[in-house]
This record gives sequence, structure tokens and C-alpha cells, in this order.
Amino acid sequence: MSTVEKPAYKVIGTRPIRHDGEDKVTGAAKYGGDVQLEGMLYAAILRSPHAHAKITRIDTTQAEALPGVRAVMTSANMPDPGDRMVDLGEGTINLRHLSERVLARAKVLFKGHPVAAVAADSIHIAEEALELINVQYEALPAVLDVREAMRQDALILNDDVRTEEVGTQDGVADKPTNVAKRFLFEKGDPKKGFAEAELVVEREFETATVHQGYIEPHNATAQWHENGQLTVWTSTQGAFTVRQQIGELLGIPLDKIKVIPMEIGGGFGGKIAVYLQPLATELSRMSGRPVQLVMDRAAIFEATGPTPGSYMRVKLGATRDGRLLAGDAYVAFEAGAYPGSPVGAGCMCVFACYDIPHARIEGFDVCVNKPRTSAYRAPGSTQVAFAVETIVDEIARQLEMDPADFRLQNAAREGTRRVDGPVFDRIGMIETVEAIKASDHYQSPLDGPNQGRGIATGFWFNAGLRSAVTATVNPDGTVSLVEGSTDIGGTRTSLAMQLAEALNITAEQVAPSVADTDGVGLTDVTGGSRVTFATGIAVVDAAAKIRQQMVDRAAKIWECDADSVSYEDGQLVGPDQQRLSFKEMAQRMAEMGGPIIANGICTEAKQAGAYATHCVDVEVDPETGKVQILRYTAAQDVGTAIHPSYVEGQMQGGVVQGIGWALNEEYYYDDQGQMRNPTFLDYRMPTSYDVPMIDTIIVEVPDPNHPYGVRGVGEVPICPPPAAVANAIHDAIGVRMHRLPMSPPRLMAEILRCRGNKD
Amino acid sequence: MAKERVVTTTINGKEVEFQCQSRQTLLESLRDQLGLTGTKEGCSNGNCGACTVIMNGRPVVSCLVLAMEASYAELRTIEGIGSEAGLDELQQCFLEGAALQCGVCTPGFIVQADALLKENPDPTEEEIRFYLAGNLCRCTGYDKIVRAVQAAAQARKVSK
Amino acid sequence: MRDFDYEMATTLEEALVLMSMHEPDIRPMAGGTDLIDHVRNGHLSPERLIDVKRIRELNVLELDDEGLHLGAAVPCYKIHGHAEIVSRYSALADSCHIIGGIQIQSRASVGGNICNSGPAADATPSVIALDGVCVIAAPQFDREVASADFCTGPGQNVLEPDELLVEIRFPPQPPHSGSHYRRFIPRNEMDIAVVGVGASVQLDESGQTFLAARIALGAVGPTPLLASEAAELLVGQPVNDETLSLAAEAARRVASPITDMRGTAEYRTHLVGVLTQRVLRHAVARARGEAIEYQPGH
Repeated sequence: MSTVEKPAYKVIGTRPIRHDGEDKVTGAAKYGGDVQLEGMLYAAILRSPHAHAKITRIDTTQAEALPGVRAVMTSANMPDPGDRMVDLGEGTINLRHLSERVLARAKVLFKGHPVAAVAADSIHIAEEALELINVQYEALPAVLDVREAMRQDALILNDDVRTEEVGTQDGVADKPTNVAKRFLFEKGDPKKGFAEAELVVEREFETATVHQGYIEPHNATAQWHENGQLTVWTSTQGAFTVRQQIGELLGIPLDKIKVIPMEIGGGFGGKIAVYLQPLATELSRMSGRPVQLVMDRAAIFEATGPTPGSYMRVKLGATRDGRLLAGDAYVAFEAGAYPGSPVGAGCMCVFACYDIPHARIEGFDVCVNKPRTSAYRAPGSTQVAFAVETIVDEIARQLEMDPADFRLQNAAREGTRRVDGPVFDRIGMIETVEAIKASDHYQSPLDGPNQGRGIATGFWFNAGLRSAVTATVNPDGTVSLVEGSTDIGGTRTSLAMQLAEALNITAEQVAPSVADTDGVGLTDVTGGSRVTFATGIAVVDAAAKIRQQMVDRAAKIWECDADSVSYEDGQLVGPDQQRLSFKEMAQRMAEMGGPIIANGICTEAKQAGAYATHCVDVEVDPETGKVQILRYTAAQDVGTAIHPSYVEGQMQGGVVQGIGWALNEEYYYDDQGQMRNPTFLDYRMPTSYDVPMIDTIIVEVPDPNHPYGVRGVGEVPICPPPAAVANAIHDAIGVRMHRLPMSPPRLMAEILRCRGNKD
Repeated sequence: MAKERVVTTTINGKEVEFQCQSRQTLLESLRDQLGLTGTKEGCSNGNCGACTVIMNGRPVVSCLVLAMEASYAELRTIEGIGSEAGLDELQQCFLEGAALQCGVCTPGFIVQADALLKENPDPTEEEIRFYLAGNLCRCTGYDKIVRAVQAAAQARKVSK
Repeated sequence: MRDFDYEMATTLEEALVLMSMHEPDIRPMAGGTDLIDHVRNGHLSPERLIDVKRIRELNVLELDDEGLHLGAAVPCYKIHGHAEIVSRYSALADSCHIIGGIQIQSRASVGGNICNSGPAADATPSVIALDGVCVIAAPQFDREVASADFCTGPGQNVLEPDELLVEIRFPPQPPHSGSHYRRFIPRNEMDIAVVGVGASVQLDESGQTFLAARIALGAVGPTPLLASEAAELLVGQPVNDETLSLAAEAARRVASPITDMRGTAEYRTHLVGVLTQRVLRHAVARARGEAIEYQPGH
């Protein structure tokens, strides 16, 4: 449903088959693990068995002597990159910490922390060689709980970490600590606000560590050429950031490195920071052969970047007639072994759905002996949405208000100031709530035993950042579109569609491709829900330049002023109704001045932000605590849906990830800091048999910052589900859950506890 | 130890010979020795279905099949679905229904769905979901995949 | 993966000879879906795997006067696809239909499941509930072991290193009998059982009184357990909520679960009670010839 009169687009809003589709359904598409080079070696990584330990000795001589082993490396083979921050595009990290995370130096800080790497003729020999590497550790106690890690007397993970204060005047403290950052945002006078509130609800929440769960393992293949150039093939969300990270970590000039992004089998934020690429690069240099490294599934769980577990305390105060007056949030995120959780983003999102006059938000980025976290689809927003939307539901119930009406009454809108400062541009929070309220789902009765319905809203900023594209007109009237945004979900097609719309040609006339770092201008990561928006802006920029070039050429042909020529509906129209079609002009390019090529860029644009409101029906088995999802509807403001199928797909995918997060996904740690469930058997992601069809309502409130009104769609769909499911559980059986996941044993324990309280 | 043996097998209708060690899985041999990289590795312990192939008429996870077990077997991989004449109905329905995003799970799903429709040409939604439960997808939430399989079932009935 | 030799045995004699030569570092392999995983993660390090899938005796699938002969290597899909097994040995079909997903069922066997001897095995409780007998071949003497006695600990069973499970033999099912297997898992499929219950009941002609019962519990002890006391409580008793509840209570007393990442001990004990009642009700319905809906995993 559109909220403004929508232009009569010709291509936008249609559903062409994606350009890379045939390769993907026939198995022809090449992903990083499919790369095969002559003479290629296979590498494996030795990982720490301890969650926290000092490395006292590493002896690799036996491994080096094993026949078939071509290179063995430890951190002794990596330069010290220095103590600098590097911006990855979705999060920043200290370069020294990144280096240590790739290969440990003096300490290991999480179970699975890489300690050494081997390249050999076969993967089996490489694995045998790992067993011959002798590492001596001095084990230390593991710090595993975020609140424990924050205590004054906690065991310190990193001696160089000091608390940096953000949002306050306090600067950087001087004492070694596990608390790397403290955020503080304030608005109005919270004390006053709570004093005036007639109903105040404060609750504590805990969420477990959860992984992005992409099906394709991390991979990297590196080859040094005779001319001193390096080529790296890898599945990544950002070829340019990989190039930068390799360069910084190994001290290699950027112009010597080419990163070729292969097709990528899922990322969700987890394939931005490097894990394998520097190791493959160095092993290749040492051995003189190409080297391929692929991560195994246990290592992916234990040693890449899951999303933080958290402890949160949230308080909301409202008037009797349902107006929110005050909010207070205390948010502590587990960063993992090194600083850099998305707690800042979480703090910015926590009250972003509502217009609350008085609020205080305090956030902490805390190191613990777990893998260092990474972005996971709207990083930080799902955790805080779970907390806030649960309390909002509780307040609405207590006030006997329809939860949708409560949200409408307090909704953030254009002009609302977020607690951390920015003022909202045109946003669609209200429209998504109204869409749910009017939906068939919300209007249908639900009265089976132990069945319940819940709704929740979520928010994500969406990024802008930088993109570059090059469009070349071919003599047959097609256009080659070269862009640098690796395609995880179909963006090469939605970009081709925007180009086609801008030139009034068909999507099939555009041949999009994702180039390597030598082939296109600097493009920031595929993440932050930015590609269709920002690379789209670059595409439209290029299209405008192509149109202009065509106008100029036509003017030459017709021997008139360029001002007398217009570009309409894919045709050049000149004086006396002379016309040339796009294809005809393309055919005449060579004789009329040569190729028509245009670059497009996007550097400054910012998105207004995206909202989603979801509605879910559940059935709870009160004797086992198991929850079935009966029905799910997701409404989301997408600005303008370029390719509705892919927009729906992003919504549905995010919903199901959110359902997994809500019900069953968690890192199960023992008290030694060992993850006990690093397999898909016991890290329980939803299967097709666990979920119903996911209905979607596309709401279109165009973003004024994009020529077609696009808003990023990829991330916000993961924010509402855990809260929506929790609210539905409460509606079904009267039990409120404040911990994720709401797995059967936990729900059953809560059901029994509530029954016990009643007796 | 680590000695190799020659295995003779039939893949996608063609007789093929390859050399392997006992400890190599069929998945490994397909990808690394035979260049059939359409079958993907996701977890290596049978929990994600990305490595699904048809072996002697049954869908199996090739990460839990030893390469040597393929001796004189009839194998079908994603490369054997559809032909030069064109895409199979399943492949076409996946494309039209946008039933893939990153696409890495897609070969496994198509092979598995093909096995389903051969066994049960008119499955209910629940039967489809149950049969596909061993194939994980993290991108789509399964909605469009199930619809694509339903559409393919219809398309196959029509073309009969 | 650690290296090993792979040998295909075409006859039972050949398999036994190979196994006696190389014991104890030799393992027979049928579907391999557990075994290959164990070898890959270093849980087991055999020097040689003997593929027994082609051996005729291990592929028997026959019903006769003696009952059901189930070869140890018969894959699950053949079992739950066999109409007579589905109707007469329903619990077995129930188990085979949910083990590991469709791809695993193409290869995995009930014999393999029992020999893997996991405490949470999905087939073993059904085999025990249906009073299966394990027929074991050995170089010297063949022998038979009641399925309830086959598993001795997590990953451990009565087999000597040179012995091979050939067949599981189930007695004929009397009239008015029915069986069911159900497990509790957090998702709807693809999980290891948190608790599993297999039950077989025989009713009188009116369908109102229990004549016999067998109840087996999985995932609540070091091995699957036969809950004999619980079953005995039903014999001669009417089929009603009270007797079912008493049986469930007795089953709970037998359970000795641990707390691990799949569930707490308390939760598992609670589930034994819930599941036993549900499984018994379902078995009763089948014994009565009633059509009954069952969505696996729900």
C-alpha cells in the first residue's frame, strides 16, 4: 500500500527474473569455495581449546616436517599493525585487536581462537599437521557473564582497553577494564517524567548470543603473482573493505591487492571483517603456491562474529490515557573478546519507535571470553526491541488499550527528536502500525485454547555510505552496468531495474555485474540495507549522464541545440518530431563520437530510516512449553519497492531468523567457556517444517533522499519477531518471558513457576 | 594408509572414473576431483542439506557418503537437473517465484524437491515442508521455496 | 579426517572373517550417517570400515509366522514405506519417519541406530517396546539378545569386537494391539530427542482393558530404558485417564536424566510423564483401529 500517489513506473514494481538466476538454479554460479587453481594448496587452522589462556610456547617443527606440508605460520609471521581504529563499513575495530583475532599473539581470548595455520597438498594432510603443532598454554579463568565482566574486580581480558565515554564529557578513563565504551544519551528530565507518570513498568532482560547462520562457510583463496601482485578470491560483503583489511594487517600497499568477490552464500553482517584472507595471503607468500582456506562449521560458530548476548533493564512511564512520558534504558552488550559490539546502535534504536519527551539511555560495550561479535542484521536493534516492545505490551494491557492504538498514540514521526539527537525525516512508523491494524490477520478472531496474538514494532536507521558504478552502452542497445556491491539477495537486479527505469529501457536490456576492486570505484559494504538505496543513487546518477550524452549526440545528428532535444520514454525527440530510439542511438554511437559511458557515485546521501510492525499468532503447549507459529504477518515501510519479490523475500527471511532467535537459537556455554552446541544439530535454526507461510504487507512511504523513494529493507524485519512472539505467548497463556530464547525448557519452567505462585 | 583407489560410477547419466582415498566423502570427490561444484558444503555433518544428491534413486547428504560407496552407483547432481533443452520446471518455478536470495542452498533444495515430486507428485504444504526439513535456508524464510515447489508440482502435472 | 581402510563385504562369512582379523580397530558400516560423523570429529578412530550394506542377511525385510525379520542394514525409508510394518509395527515406522530427516532416512538403518547405542536414539525405544530380539552373528557362536539388554551405556553395547548385528526379529503382533513412538524436540524435526517414548499395548476385544503393555524411554538414562513397572501397572486395568496417569508416574520414577544443553533433568522428568500419556493414548487408539492424526514433532 502506498501513502503517496505513486508515479507510473514502467520497470520499478515489476518482477523480472534475476540476471544471475539461471546460474544459481543450475549450480553453475561460483562461490568462494568453488575456486580451483592449478597447484592450489589447502589450509587448516589450529585453534585454542581454552576460552582464556596465555600462550607460553608454540613449536611447529614437527608439523613442518610432515610430507605434503608446504607452509606453517603463527603470529610471528604477522606484522604488528599498531594501535589504530579501522572503519569496516558496519562497525569499527582496533587494528591490533583485529590482527590478534585473526591469529593470537600472547593470549587466546575465546575457545576457537586461531593460533597457527598450515597449508598442505590436501586438506587431510593439513589437518594431520595441526595435530603435530605443539602449543603450551597457561589456562586462565574465563569471564563469561556481561555483568561479571563489568565488575571492578573482574579479570581483565585486554590490558590496553580503557573505557571511552560517548555522549558525555568524560573522555577516556585510565584504568584497565573490560568495559570498552560507555554511552549516555539524555533527553528532557527523566526524573520529572517518571514522577508525573501514573503507570511505571521496569523489567530486566537477558538475551543469549546468536549467530547469523549463513549456510556458506567463510572462504578465501590467495595467490601471489610473479609481478608482486596479490589476488584474493573470497565470499564477502565488501571487496574493498577486505582489500583494506588485508593491506593494513599485513602491510601490503593497496595497489598490489585485487580482491575478487565471488558469489556469496549469505552474510547478514557476518562476512565483513576478515578471518581467513590474511592467513591465506601469508601462507601463499610463504609457500609460493595459491592457498585456499575454508572454515568448518564448528569454527564458524566458535570463532567468527555472532551477535551479542545482553543484559538490559528498561523502564517506561505512561499516563493513564496511554501517553508515554519517560523512558530509561540500561543496556549492556557482550562484545566478545575484543571491543566493538553494536551497543551504540542499540542505544540509538531502543526508543526510536516512540516520541518520549524524557529519556535516559546508558549503554556498555563489554569484553568477555567469547568470539568477538559482528553485525547481525540491524545489529543491536533486535535485543532492545525485545525489551521495549514487551514492556509496551504490558503497559497497553494494564491500561486496557489496544496495543496497536497505544503505538499509534506514541509513534515517532517526522520531526520527532530521537533521544540521541537526530530529528526524524519522513518515516513510516505510523503507516506500518495502521497496516497491521487493518490487516486481515489482525481482524481475524483467534480463540483456540492456548492460542494468542502479539504485535511488535522495530526500527533500523539504514546506512548511506559510498558507492560507485560504471554504465556502458553497447551497440545493440543493451547497457553493461558494473557495480561494486556484492549481491547477497538480488541487488544486481534491483540496480539494473533502477537503471532501466531511468533510461526507459527494459530490465532485460541491462547486464549487471559485480566487479572486483580493480574494476569499479570504491564501494562500501553490502550491509546496512544500503545497496538498493545508495548504489541505486549512483546508478540513477550514471543514467542521467548517459541520457545527457545521448541528447548531445542526437543534437549533433540533427544539427541543433542540445536544448531542443529531449529524452522521453526511452526515445530522443528532436525538432520537427524527429525521433531516435535508445537502441538506434546506441547503434550509431561509433560514428557519432565513440562509446557512451558514464560513472555514477553516491557519497553523501543518508536514509531516513525504516520501520516494521509484525503480528504473530502462536499456540503454546502448556505441558511442554513448546510454541508453534500459527500465522505471521509482517508490515514494513520500504519506501518504494523496486522488485517486490525481493522485498518480500527480505521481510520473510528476517522474520524467520527472528523466530529462531525468539524460540530456540542460543550459544550454550559451559562454565569453561566452551560452546557445547557448535553444529546445526544443536544450534537450532528454523527448518521449513517449523514455520508457516509469512504474509507480507509492503507499505510505501517514499524516502525523500532517494530519487525513487527507496528505503533499505534488508535489516529491520529481524527486529520485531522476538518481542511479537513473546507478546503472543503472553496473550496465549498469561506468561511473560524476559529471556531469549523462549525455548521449551525455559517456558515450561516459567509456566510451572506461575502455576506455583497461583497455588 | 592413504592409498587411493579408482572408483567407477555413473553421474548424470555418464560413466565416470575418479581416484580417491577412503576418507574422502562423495561431496569432496564431486567438488574437488570431478569439478562438479554445484553441490555445496554447509556443515559436513548432514544437518543442512546443501550437499544433497540423488544416489540410486534416493536423496542423500553426500557429506555422509564415502566416495568409495559410490562405486557402480547411479548419481544425480544439480548439474543433471534440466538439460540443454532447457530448465526443469522446478528450476523455472524457483526463478519465477524468486525462491532464492543468496542461492547457496538452492541446488540442495532443487535436488530434494525433485526427489519429493517423484515420490509424491501432489504434496500438501505440510508434506512439502516435512520433506524439505533437512534443507536449511537462512535467507528466504522458506515461504517462496514452498510456493515454488507447489507451482512446479502443478507445472509437471500440466506437462504430462 | 583420520585415515582408514574401506572394504566392502559381500557375504556374511566374509564380513565376520574381516572383523575377526582386525579387531578391535574395525567397525562395520551400514548407512554410515553416525559412523562417518564420529570418524570425522575424532570420536572414533577405526583402522578399517567394513561396508555391510550388500550382505543379503542384513537386508532382509520379511513378515512370516515368526513375526518381522528386519535386517540390520535395511534403510529407514524402506521401513516406514512398508504398509504392513506401518499398520502392525507402527512405532517402528514412527521412528523411521523422523530419524534425521529424509536424506538420512535414505541410508540410516534401525540396526545402525541401535548399534550406535546413543542414549537418545529414536529407533531403540520402539524396538524395545515391540520386544525386538537382536540376532548376532559371530565366528564361534551366533547368539540372541533382547533389545532391552542390548545397549549397556552411552555408545556401548553387548557386541564383542568380532560380532555383527545381523537382524532384529520382532514377535508377531496379537490382535487389538497398537504401538507408537514419539519424541519431544524443541523444533519440529531434525533435533535429537530430549525425551523419547515408545509404547506397545494390547487390549481386549472390547478395547477397554489392557491385556499387555511395553513402555520404553529414550534420552533419560545412559541407555534407553524399559519401564517395566509402568507397563505392569496397566495389565488388567481399564483404559482411562487414571491408569494412564499412574503409568506415566511410574515411568517418571524410572527415568534418570541428566542436565545438558538439550534440557534439564527436571524438565526431562516432567516430559516423561507428559509424553508417556500421549504415546499410550495414541497406541490405544491404534489398538482400537481408530484413525488418529499425528503431526510429527508437534
